[in-house]
Amino acid sequence: MESIIQGRVFKFGDNVNSDIIIPGRYLIYIDRERLSQHAFEVLGEGFPAKLRNFDILVAGRNFGCGSAREQAATAIQGLGIKAVVASSFSRTFYRNAINDGLPIVECPALYAAVAEGDEIRIDLAAGAIVFGGREYPFPKMPESVRQILELGGLANYLKAQLEAHPQS
Amino acid sequence: MTIAEKILSAKSGKASVTPGEIVEAYPDLVMSHTATWRSASVMKRVGATKLYDPERLAIVLDHVSPAKTEKYAADQQISRNFAREYGVRKFYDVDAGIAHLVLMEAGHVAPGDLIVGTDSHCTIYGSLGALGTGIGYTEVTSVWITGKLWMKVPESIRITLQGGFGAGVYSKDLMLHLIGKLGADGCTYNSVEFYGDTVAELSVSERMTIANLAMEMGVKCAFLPPDGKTAEYLKGRLPDWSRYHEVHADPDARYERRIEVDLAQLEPMVACPHEVQNTKPIGEVVGTHIDQAFLGSCANAKYEDLVVAAGILKGRRVDPGVRLIITPGSKQIMLEAMNSGVLQILLESGGMVTNPGCGACAGDGGMLADGEVCLSTANRNFLGRMGSNQSQIYLSSPATLAASAIRGAIADPREFLTH
Repeated sequence: MESIIQGRVFKFGDNVNSDIIIPGRYLIYIDRERLSQHAFEVLGEGFPAKLRNFDILVAGRNFGCGSAREQAATAIQGLGIKAVVASSFSRTFYRNAINDGLPIVECPALYAAVAEGDEIRIDLAAGAIVFGGREYPFPKMPESVRQILELGGLANYLKAQLEAHPQS
Repeated sequence: MTIAEKILSAKSGKASVTPGEIVEAYPDLVMSHTATWRSASVMKRVGATKLYDPERLAIVLDHVSPAKTEKYAADQQISRNFAREYGVRKFYDVDAGIAHLVLMEAGHVAPGDLIVGTDSHCTIYGSLGALGTGIGYTEVTSVWITGKLWMKVPESIRITLQGGFGAGVYSKDLMLHLIGKLGADGCTYNSVEFYGDTVAELSVSERMTIANLAMEMGVKCAFLPPDGKTAEYLKGRLPDWSRYHEVHADPDARYERRIEVDLAQLEPMVACPHEVQNTKPIGEVVGTHIDQAFLGSCANAKYEDLVVAAGILKGRRVDPGVRLIITPGSKQIMLEAMNSGVLQILLESGGMVTNPGCGACAGDGGMLADGEVCLSTANRNFLGRMGSNQSQIYLSSPATLAASAIRGAIADPREFLTH
């Protein structure tokens, strides 16, 4: 995982639920590509294709609320989205994003400042977003959690652990 | 300490914990439902061959059961084979019903337990005083292998219920009221404890509805403190009574917020499309046309819920323009409803009864076409959840659902209680 993530922003409102991110009928898939073909499709024509032109999702409060489906994070990654910045996350999406290797940042101050198409720069190691000549700090993740993210998710983390300490 | 703090300290081997602290906790039970095959595939991918403790796994095939496509059949086969290969004894196949209800009925949930699972509505285990919370399928694999997961100790909120419910008003109405008032993120990351004289009088079934719906205000977990009713429910279910230990909050426990609700002021409530927090008192939505009524889900398809609906439907007919779909929460519930005659009332009124499970709430049968409206006793009304993204879902109690199925439009159940 890169510490610096830079790109164009697509903006959502509050309470984007995981049924909108990926409807239940597609949970028969677990791979990024197939899931991403249906990501946000309930929002109507243009989705999800439109989102492939952006790099970072910015959302309001409670992003990813509702179902604990891990594929919400997987589908977003499949769209080529490199990070999600929200004013707050639902706790299930927060965990699933980390476990899926999708960088997420809680930064309520950024929300009102950016518009669709703006280019922002996230420095995960420094804990700050740079936009419009201003810095928007955000709390860094606990070290143990950051390790999971850095390895690209919990499956990779588990694999590394098992290689270091094989089950007898 | 609060209930959540006590359980998390016990399960992480600490004398005490404080909110915000991150602990490594060892759950008593890891539930996986239809998602089990995904966790099994991760297990293979990471090269693991052993479970931490097969007795801590519970598997229930509840979503889209029995299989409706070859893909579902193949996935269920992977889950079944996994249970057999690894000696998972708490395995329930497609006939059993909704995981949460099945596990509580079978005595796999005790007060003070820590339970994680592949479903956000694991909060329902708080109805028996256990800490239940949802996680993704990869994390389930991780707990299968390592026995533990990192958890942040939540801040707690204390909600006190004053007074009693009026006629035609139920726990579902209370929760829709609270979700509307506090918002979909009103309790994000929080543990919520419910108190008040009324709680002692609430049946375990009504408590299940409260702990289940609490998820829709963002909680990590919710508790109805265990008492005589809890013990009565678990007697004959827990395989070993030494498992029964009530965990209560200390008198000096610290709460981030205290909220009071006067139940006598509550009316039947309805959640309008497309968010659960979009709630209105029944009076504001009466007359809204419906095409389908779904009596199902882990929120409100328990035996008591079917009895309430049957009480209103008895001797009456469902409007010919409404498809009333009844999906009992579990096989036990269906048997009870069959033996007591409740199923017969529901069928004779014009309803149809499906096999137990998640059913239409998870998009399995009962899908909606463009422009259709469904009133549902489930816990979510999100855009497109039950079919077309041009359809609409409203949520209510079983009583409001039954009244509305008769009228063909959203109706006040209190009108059906007097005659």
